[in-house]
Amino acid sequence: MVATPNTTIVTRQPSKRRRGLQAAHLFVLPYTLFLLLFGIAPGLYAITISFAKFVEGRPQLFQAGLKNYTIAFTDFRFLKTFGNAFSFLAIALPVGVIGVVVIALLLHARDDWFANVMRTIYFVPGAVAGPTLVLLAIFTLDPALSPFRFLLTAMGFETISDVIRPKYFPVLFTIIGFFGGAGGWIAIFYGALNSISHEVLEAARMDGCNAWQSAWHIKQPLIRPYIAYMAILTFAGNIQLYAEPALIGAAGSSPISLWSPNQLAYEFAFRIGNFGASAAISLVMLLIGLIGAILVLTTTSIFQSDASNSAEG
Amino acid sequence: MARPGMFQRLQRAARADGISIPGMGLRVLVLLLFAIFFGLPLIWIVLAPTKTDTQLLDWPPLAFGSLDRALLAWKNLFGYGENSVAIWSRNSVVYTISSLLLSIAISLPAGYALAISRFAGRQFLLWATLISMILPGSALVLPLFLEMSLVRLTNTPWSVILPAGFFPFGVYLTYIFYATSLPKDLLAAARVDGCSEFQMFYYIGLPLARTLFGLLIFIAFTSNWNNYFLPLVMLNDDRLYNLPLGIQALISGTSALRPTFATDLPIRRAEVALAGLLLIVPVVIIFLFSQRYVVSGALTGSTKE
Repeated sequence: MVATPNTTIVTRQPSKRRRGLQAAHLFVLPYTLFLLLFGIAPGLYAITISFAKFVEGRPQLFQAGLKNYTIAFTDFRFLKTFGNAFSFLAIALPVGVIGVVVIALLLHARDDWFANVMRTIYFVPGAVAGPTLVLLAIFTLDPALSPFRFLLTAMGFETISDVIRPKYFPVLFTIIGFFGGAGGWIAIFYGALNSISHEVLEAARMDGCNAWQSAWHIKQPLIRPYIAYMAILTFAGNIQLYAEPALIGAAGSSPISLWSPNQLAYEFAFRIGNFGASAAISLVMLLIGLIGAILVLTTTSIFQSDASNSAEG
Repeated sequence: MARPGMFQRLQRAARADGISIPGMGLRVLVLLLFAIFFGLPLIWIVLAPTKTDTQLLDWPPLAFGSLDRALLAWKNLFGYGENSVAIWSRNSVVYTISSLLLSIAISLPAGYALAISRFAGRQFLLWATLISMILPGSALVLPLFLEMSLVRLTNTPWSVILPAGFFPFGVYLTYIFYATSLPKDLLAAARVDGCSEFQMFYYIGLPLARTLFGLLIFIAFTSNWNNYFLPLVMLNDDRLYNLPLGIQALISGTSALRPTFATDLPIRRAEVALAGLLLIVPVVIIFLFSQRYVVSGALTGSTKE
C-alpha cells in the first residue's frame, strides 16, 4: 500500500503539521515552477499562437480566427501524413505488443541464467536512439553491408535503394522501433510476470497445467493492464515519429517527401514560417497524447498514486 | 554414485517447469533468434570502424579489420569541419550533465515531499506529473520553441538545458520510492526529537536514496544524451549542436551514406559508424554499471503490490 504513507503521524501532531506544510511547499516549489514553465505554459501558448496571425514573423494574437486550423487541416499533406502514421501504427502496434508479450512469456517460462543473459541482450539496443538508431538501421538494411545480408539478398534486395522505399516505410519503422524499444518493455513485462504470486502458478501446475497453458491462461490475463499500457503509449508516442522518416530518406536514391505529421508541423514552422498552422498540428498530436495518458491512468491502474486511486474510487 | 546424465537433468528440469523437451528446445531457439536480431547490429557497428569501405563491402560482416584503420577513422572523424566533432561532443557532455543535475536537484525534493506530506495542491501536482510523464516528450517541442523564442532564448544552450529540468518521471519514481521504502517510525522518531523537515530530508531521505539515484541518473542521462528533436528545433548554429545533431549533419552532409552526394571529405562509413559509437558506448557503460538499479527500478514504477 502506498496511498497513505504517514497520515497517522501528521494527524496526531497538528502543530508539526503546519510546519511540515510550509516545508513541503518549499520542497515542491522549483518543480512546480518548471512544471508551469515547461509543461503547461507551452501548451497554453501553442493554443494562443494557433489563433494568431503572423505579420513579418510577429504574432498578432487572435487575429487569425480559425484560419490556421483550416490551412493546416486542408493542406493536402495533412491527411497524407496522418494516413502514413496510421498505416505504420497498424503494423507496429500488433507486432510490438505480440512480440514483447511472447518474448516475456518465453523468458519467464524458466528462471535461469539463460533468461537473464537474453534479457540483457534485448535491453542493450535501448541505448541507441534518434539519429544513431537511424544510422544503425541504414547500415543494417543495406544488402551490401548488413550482418543480415544473406537474408536481404535472399529476399531479392540488391542495393539500399531497393530497401528504402516509401512503400516499405511502415515495415521498416516497425523493425527499427522494435529493435530500439522492445527491450525496455520486455523488462517491464518480465517484472509484471514476476509479481504474479507463486501460489497461483503452483496451484495451476498441481491441476496439471503445462507451461504453455499456464502462460496463456494464467499469466497473460494477469498482465493485460500492461498490454493496454504499452499499446496506448506506443500509439501516442509513435504518432510523433520524426527522426526515422526525416533521416532515412537520405540513404535512398531519391529524396523522400514529408512523411509524418511532425515533419509537416516542422515544415510549417521553419520552411513556410506559419507558426500558427504548425501550432495547430502540434495541438492535434498533443491532444492524442493527452487522451492516451488519461486512458492509461483511468483504465489500467498501473501507476500507483493517491491521485489516480482517488479518481478510480 | 553416478551423476545424472545430461538427458536426465533436462528431463527433470522440464518436468519441474511443465515444459516438454522439444518445448524447451523451441523456447531456447526462439530466444536465441531474437538475441541475434538485437545483438548482431551492435556487434557489427563496433567492428565497422576497423574496416575500409572496400573491406566493409567485401569481407564477411563480422570480420575484424585493423586497429590502425580504427585510429585513422578517429583522426578523420575529429578532423571533420572546424573541430566540429570535438565541439559537438563537448556540447553533448555539457548539456547532458547540466540537464541531469538540474532535473535531479528539482525532482528529488519534490518527489520526497509528495510522498511524506499532505499539502494544498498536492493532488494537482500528482495528476500533472502522471499526465506529463506519459505524454510523449516531442508533443511539446514545437510549442516550447514558440515559448522560448518569445523570451529570445532560442539558439542558446539554455533552450536545451532548461526544458530538460522538467523531469516528471523522476518525480514519480522518487515519490514511489519514498512512499514505499521510507520507514515511517524513523520519521516519527526524528520529528519527536525536534528534527526539522530539511534535516529529515538531508539526514534520512537522501542517504536512503542510493538505488533511486542509480535509476534517476540512468534515465536522465540516457534521455538527455540522446536528446534530438528538442535541440534540432531550438539550435541552428552548428557550433551549438550536440552529438545527435552532429550525426545528422554527417549523414546528410557527407557522401558516407549518400552515394549520390559526392564530396572528397575523408568521412566514409567507418567514420560515421565511429560517430555512432561515440553516442552508443557511454549509455551502454552507464547501463552496465547501473544495471541492477535499472532492472529493479524499471519495475518500481510499474509493479502493483
